[in-house]
Amino acid sequence: MGPAEAHRDVVALDGIGVWLSGREILHEVSFSIRPGQFTGLIGSNGAGKTTILRVILGLQEPTTGQVLIDGKPRLRRNRSVGYVPQKVVIDPDLPLRARDVVGLGLDGYRFGLPMPSLPRRRRIDEMLEAVDAMGFADSRMGNLSGGEQQRVLIAHALIGQPELLLLDEPLANLDIASGHEIVELLRRIAAEHHVAVLLSAHDMNPLLPVMDRVVYVAAGRAASGTVDEVVRSEVLAELYGHPVAVLRVEGRILVVAGSHADTEVLGSAPHSVERT
Amino acid sequence: MFSGFMMSAWIVASIVAVVAGVVGFFVVVRGSAFAAHALPQSAFTGAAAASLIGISAVYGMGAFALASALGIAWLGKRGRHDVVTALILVMLLGLGELFLSYSVEYAQAIYSLLFGEVLGVSTNEILPTALLAVAAILAVAVMYRPLMLTSILPEVGESRGVRAYRMEVLFLVILALATTASVPVVGALLMFSLMVGPPAASRCFTDNPPIAIALSVALALLTVWASLAIAYERNLPVGFLVGTISAAIYIVGRVWAAWRQRRVGRRRPLGARVDSDLVGAAGT
Amino acid sequence: MIDLAANIVFEPGFFSNSPVQSALVAGGAVALMAGVVGVFTVVRGQSFAGHSFADMDTTGGSAAFLLGIGALWGFLAVSVAAAAAMELLGVERRRGRDVTTGVVLGAALGLAALFLYWDTTASSTTGAATTILFGSLFTISPSTVPAIVGFSVAALAAVLVLYRPLLFSSLSADMARARGVPVRLVSAVFMFLMALAVALSAITVGAILSTALLIGPAATALRLTKRPGAAMWAAAGIGLVGVWLGILFAYDSSAWPGHHGWPVSFSVVAVIFVFYLAADLLTSVRAKWDRLRQDRLAKGE
Repeated sequence: MGPAEAHRDVVALDGIGVWLSGREILHEVSFSIRPGQFTGLIGSNGAGKTTILRVILGLQEPTTGQVLIDGKPRLRRNRSVGYVPQKVVIDPDLPLRARDVVGLGLDGYRFGLPMPSLPRRRRIDEMLEAVDAMGFADSRMGNLSGGEQQRVLIAHALIGQPELLLLDEPLANLDIASGHEIVELLRRIAAEHHVAVLLSAHDMNPLLPVMDRVVYVAAGRAASGTVDEVVRSEVLAELYGHPVAVLRVEGRILVVAGSHADTEVLGSAPHSVERT
Repeated sequence: MFSGFMMSAWIVASIVAVVAGVVGFFVVVRGSAFAAHALPQSAFTGAAAASLIGISAVYGMGAFALASALGIAWLGKRGRHDVVTALILVMLLGLGELFLSYSVEYAQAIYSLLFGEVLGVSTNEILPTALLAVAAILAVAVMYRPLMLTSILPEVGESRGVRAYRMEVLFLVILALATTASVPVVGALLMFSLMVGPPAASRCFTDNPPIAIALSVALALLTVWASLAIAYERNLPVGFLVGTISAAIYIVGRVWAAWRQRRVGRRRPLGARVDSDLVGAAGT
Repeated sequence: MIDLAANIVFEPGFFSNSPVQSALVAGGAVALMAGVVGVFTVVRGQSFAGHSFADMDTTGGSAAFLLGIGALWGFLAVSVAAAAAMELLGVERRRGRDVTTGVVLGAALGLAALFLYWDTTASSTTGAATTILFGSLFTISPSTVPAIVGFSVAALAAVLVLYRPLLFSSLSADMARARGVPVRLVSAVFMFLMALAVALSAITVGAILSTALLIGPAATALRLTKRPGAAMWAAAGIGLVGVWLGILFAYDSSAWPGHHGWPVSFSVVAVIFVFYLAADLLTSVRAKWDRLRQDRLAKGE
């Protein structure tokens, strides 16, 4: 990938290293995301996924390396990346409707009072439609279920017209069926709104139908490419630093890493990474 | 009831009610109950210090409230507060006692600082109160959007350049301004009631943020006006009325909210998959 | 020589002064008890409840004053009633606790305002507010001292008897239940003990400052040690020394030139606060030292 093309990347991480409390959390992480790409950031808990996300969001300063957003170094106030956090705690007593949350995505960082106007309301309604949230647009945010809140948060992130939608473990608290719905929703949004998607997960299987590329993270190291390029024993073994077996069973991928004493299995079942 | 000296009381009390309603909305949204207790108590000490030195109480209260606001923000950044800050607060109150012990009107001074003394308000206190109140309200108006964003989605705000720590400091400073205006009227111990009761009640009646703020102001004004009127007619201390009326309004709000909920039906439990909207719309 | 030194530290007449004697005895007993109860309060994260009791005691004390009963009984009655109410209502839930209890306490304080107002207009004494809110060890009537000491000893005894179940249920409710500890009962009893501690602290340093006696020595002790048993001893000791030193300073200060004497409540709280600061400073220095050592070891790898 030459320099000219690099400028077209929505996000580019180059040699990112992060040291925290005397431990190396990330080591030489490099990958890029092109416009419209759907990328899965896969790895078990503690592998470094959250740190990578935080680096992209500007919440974590990398010790080494740099992050380029749209070819430019990351600025504090960045509108290109829309962030959907994993979990929000919203008091049911809070007088705030779903549409108010989406409205905050439009101009929440600007000073002053929100001026109600027809175009503004229409924009908000559009976004709510896009995530199938019109049904509870006027309900209190705190009264909504986890899945409903998540959709509102997606609308919140999307309304700012970002180039990248970044989601932190969106499937973690959902059952299988809801997970499929969200993945389908995201695929649709990515296509209709021409926005790249980066989401982190510890099981890549629900994402196989929609992922263009995968960034696999293990022990602070990452490998990026298509699923076929990356999810292979040789590649993953280099990340983990010990033997890795990749099994394909009935269309699902299982990654078994480690020796007898300490085995880690990814993709065996939703939400479970077993250590024996 | 509306003659001469009472006029000043009505005006000052109304100004305080408005600022309490506006700032109190965010106190409740951000869950800053602790700060809402701590700042008035340090204002108490500030007023005591001011009387010791012989300057106007406003300066003492303002200085101490501001210093506490910054202190709370800084301590909050460092980690858990509760025990440490509780101790610091008690120490401040003790210092207030010390300062006041030097004054002649010891007992009376304690009472009016802790429980309020609006009926003794003079006309030349209207201006400073109004200035403080206007400053606080303007600040809230200007910072409304980022303040909402950081209060509800702090991490998203951070990624958009709205730094949570700075907003916390700013908010506490606004609270300090509101405190300095309110404490002479309702007292250090009762400011919490006025600043939290009406906003907490208002959110039982509406889901819409701007309406909630307006309602919060209305309820605060109602509280204050009722307190003043009854205090005047029945010769009762205003602090007692503010405390009880705020509580009553809050209880009415909660009862209403509970009744409304029972009428509308049970809340959907968290994490439930049931979504009639989605079933039909899927696949479009 | 020793006489000279003693005279500098202890102003003449200190030990023979009757109010001082009452203060030392009553204050000492309460300090011991409050320190011990305080350790559990902090460990269980119930400082908030302590604060609530203090506010309600203000109301109770003012009411008692109005009725002509001693403030102590007002404090005790309200504390116990409040403890019962809180246990029944289960005020342990985090959400809504801040606003609801804050507003309810506001109403209680409003009532206190009313009672104190009536106190000052009914009787011609203006001291009601000061006595209730800020207390004074020096104005405790000698006849109440036995009651104060008695309650303190009883509370201490209760803590000692309940030590093991209380400790288990404070550290982990589930683990305690697994061992057959009646957690609910122990919580209720502890609530009453806390109420008692606050009431007794209120009579010594006033309702407003009472939390200092409950939490100060305990917090200091817990900075110095993590072991509950040791912390209890330390808290009792720190509380005792704090109260006695406070009494000493207050007494001495009235003899200093230009001073009209520090209020004893302030004095006690100030000493306790200084102890806490010292412990805090000590532990942060120690922690920083340890961290530097660890970094150096890590870099050496």
